[in-house]
Amino acid sequence: MSTKNVMIVGVGGQGSLLASKLLGRLLLDAGYDVKVSEVHGMSQRGGSVVTYVRYGEHVYSPVIDKGEADVIVSFELLEAARWLPFLKKDGTVVTNIQQIDPMPVITGAKQYPEELVEKMKATGAKVDALDCLALAEEAGSSKAVNIVLMGRLSHYFDIPEEAWQKAMEAIVPAKFLEMNKKAFELGKNA
Amino acid sequence: MKELMLGNKAFARGLYEAGCSFVSSYPGTPSTEVTEEAVKYDEIYCEWAPNEKVAMEAAFGASLAGVRSYCGMKHVGLNVAADPLYTMSYTGVNGGIVICVADDAGMHSSQNEQDSRHHAIASKVPMLEPSDSAETLSFVKLAYDLSEEYDTPVIVKMCTRVAHSQSVVETSDRVVPARKTYEKNIPKNVMMPGNAIKRHPFVEERTEKLRKLAETASFNRVEWRDASCTGKHVGIITCSTTYQYVREAFGNTVSVCKLGMVNPLPVDLIKDFASKVDVVIVAEELDPIIENHCKALGINVTGKDVLPICGEFSQNLLKKLLSPIVTGQEFNDTDVNAVADEIPGRPPVMCAGCPHRGLFYTLSKNKCTVLGDIGCYTLGAVAPLSAMDMTLCMGASVSAIHGFNKAGGGENEGKTVAVIGDSTFMHSGMTGLANIAYNQSDSTVIILDNSITGMTGHQQNPTTGLNIKGDPAGKIDLEALCRSMGFERVRVVDPYDLKACDAAIKEELAVKAPSVIISRRPCALLKNVKHNPPLHVNRDKCVGCKSCMKIGCPAISMKDGKAHIDNTLCVGCGICEQLCPVGAFESCQKED
Repeated sequence: MSTKNVMIVGVGGQGSLLASKLLGRLLLDAGYDVKVSEVHGMSQRGGSVVTYVRYGEHVYSPVIDKGEADVIVSFELLEAARWLPFLKKDGTVVTNIQQIDPMPVITGAKQYPEELVEKMKATGAKVDALDCLALAEEAGSSKAVNIVLMGRLSHYFDIPEEAWQKAMEAIVPAKFLEMNKKAFELGKNA
Repeated sequence: MKELMLGNKAFARGLYEAGCSFVSSYPGTPSTEVTEEAVKYDEIYCEWAPNEKVAMEAAFGASLAGVRSYCGMKHVGLNVAADPLYTMSYTGVNGGIVICVADDAGMHSSQNEQDSRHHAIASKVPMLEPSDSAETLSFVKLAYDLSEEYDTPVIVKMCTRVAHSQSVVETSDRVVPARKTYEKNIPKNVMMPGNAIKRHPFVEERTEKLRKLAETASFNRVEWRDASCTGKHVGIITCSTTYQYVREAFGNTVSVCKLGMVNPLPVDLIKDFASKVDVVIVAEELDPIIENHCKALGINVTGKDVLPICGEFSQNLLKKLLSPIVTGQEFNDTDVNAVADEIPGRPPVMCAGCPHRGLFYTLSKNKCTVLGDIGCYTLGAVAPLSAMDMTLCMGASVSAIHGFNKAGGGENEGKTVAVIGDSTFMHSGMTGLANIAYNQSDSTVIILDNSITGMTGHQQNPTTGLNIKGDPAGKIDLEALCRSMGFERVRVVDPYDLKACDAAIKEELAVKAPSVIISRRPCALLKNVKHNPPLHVNRDKCVGCKSCMKIGCPAISMKDGKAHIDNTLCVGCGICEQLCPVGAFESCQKED
């Protein structure tokens, strides 16, 4: 198979690290070669962050370029729109509809664009948008947004549910496991 | 066992498996996790040193004592440690020494984009450069063997994409070589002229021996293109993560000379490779080092005439710039999806509750000239605070304010401050402070003591009282230190108290004497910090004057003409409350 590309994008501090860890484990266990590329340091301070996950028979580059992503998983709506040019023409965006104003919007220098879900759909991209924060809170913690998104993402992977469960058991601390499993289900069935 | 591992974690695994038992480093993105992962192995003694020079000299001492040692740093850290490095090249080692230097092409978290290979060449120290996690692990082990066999420190150069990418590795057991005995050896280890003169030829001979090794060793390899390929035979000489981009972009349609050792570079291997292909391209990030080597050998290569010196590479960049040579066809960027709206940028910002915010607001309000330094607080330069005039390198704030004030006299002294974090002050601010004390400028230095090394992800330092494992350790008293240097005016303020900050800054700028203000409050992200309940805005009181918007807090925004607080971000620091002229900010009930 050719290499598949998944991007995880969001705002520094939103918990994308656990999501990429989960995906890495899942795909490695499924027998793929995997590369996961993260960003640390200055850009994590509330900045726009991106993680690249690539898998296939043999993965060379650790990064994903414009027009290459099969799926973009976004923790925040504006970030989905920011990274949209990295999606394949017929790729899928799985996005949280939560909006977090960046500093130029907070100071009034710039506007947060309106109706981004519709505008992204109008480009031809498939957009799967859901209120992950509400679902995470329903599961028991606003911090479970990442697992809600993973539950939703599972629709776009040809990997059995048990494998996702197993990867979660390996990655998520035991005391949060039940809550996270609930978050996964809520995301999946949303 | 197969495992998905961060490049830096694989580095630490390499230290473990190679039997390294002493680690001393200073944190710096993207090198920090090597040491943070190494400390998880009980068999390895690990510490954070005050700076990279100290770390490297400590590693040298451990080597002298007979064990395998390590020090790690980012590219700019190697500038600080260059002094010992260039002479350790002469002394060589007892126990093996491996040095990690992590470059940051693309400047994800750095103040410049220097290419550390220059240091390897100039210091005549061998340098290995892995292209993924598995190679990192094996190169670290190889580096220790080379270090002891060739009597030299060995640098393993990382880059952001190798350091911070996870790929698959296979681990093995730790093997600790027998500890070397320490023997007094003045000609080898006392580098005064009479001895160093004799060591220099040794260094030159060693480089020649390593060059011979580089001709045939498996860390440099040639991968010929697929036998079915016909047409112009393109050969690409490359190293590091660029190797991965080359393979991604062109698969097996090109031949590749992949160099694992970037200093010294092989001669015959490259000549032979070049003679068997029709066109030679050198693909390397940053400076044209391999390219210049090839040109010196009389080989006609394409390199920086086509590829950029600035920034990172990627597969598309190579496809775009090299396809006309490789395939004879232009590569056009694929048509991509994009929304028409302008997407506002999301630059990094000081966190909600950051103790630096109150201090920088006060500096901004007083229209101070602010000579800054390296750390989270460099974000004080970002709008709306915009409270920084200069940032250069670690410690430069304290040294530069002295020159700025000496040259500008009272006019500068009355409105200029230096700001430096606690860890950066320990790193290289103290010597600048000694200069102020000694040569007497009426400079005001503000130490932003947030009880941690913040930017690199919360490392302990000599002022925190805890060691790398979080256990109690020696603690340097900043007030006593400054006083002992001769500063009579040393005062502490709480940066959450805007009135106190304002008074301290005004007074110390007015006084004709050198002074230190310690702005003290722990980083809001530290786990043991207790926060106040979040504030909320009483919309009946708020008049929409935007006074609270001047501090650039990510928790505050304007909604329908009135201030609004995001209570998932607010930690109740109360800075906004102090700025509000109508008392619209009120405390929420504590949620437990």
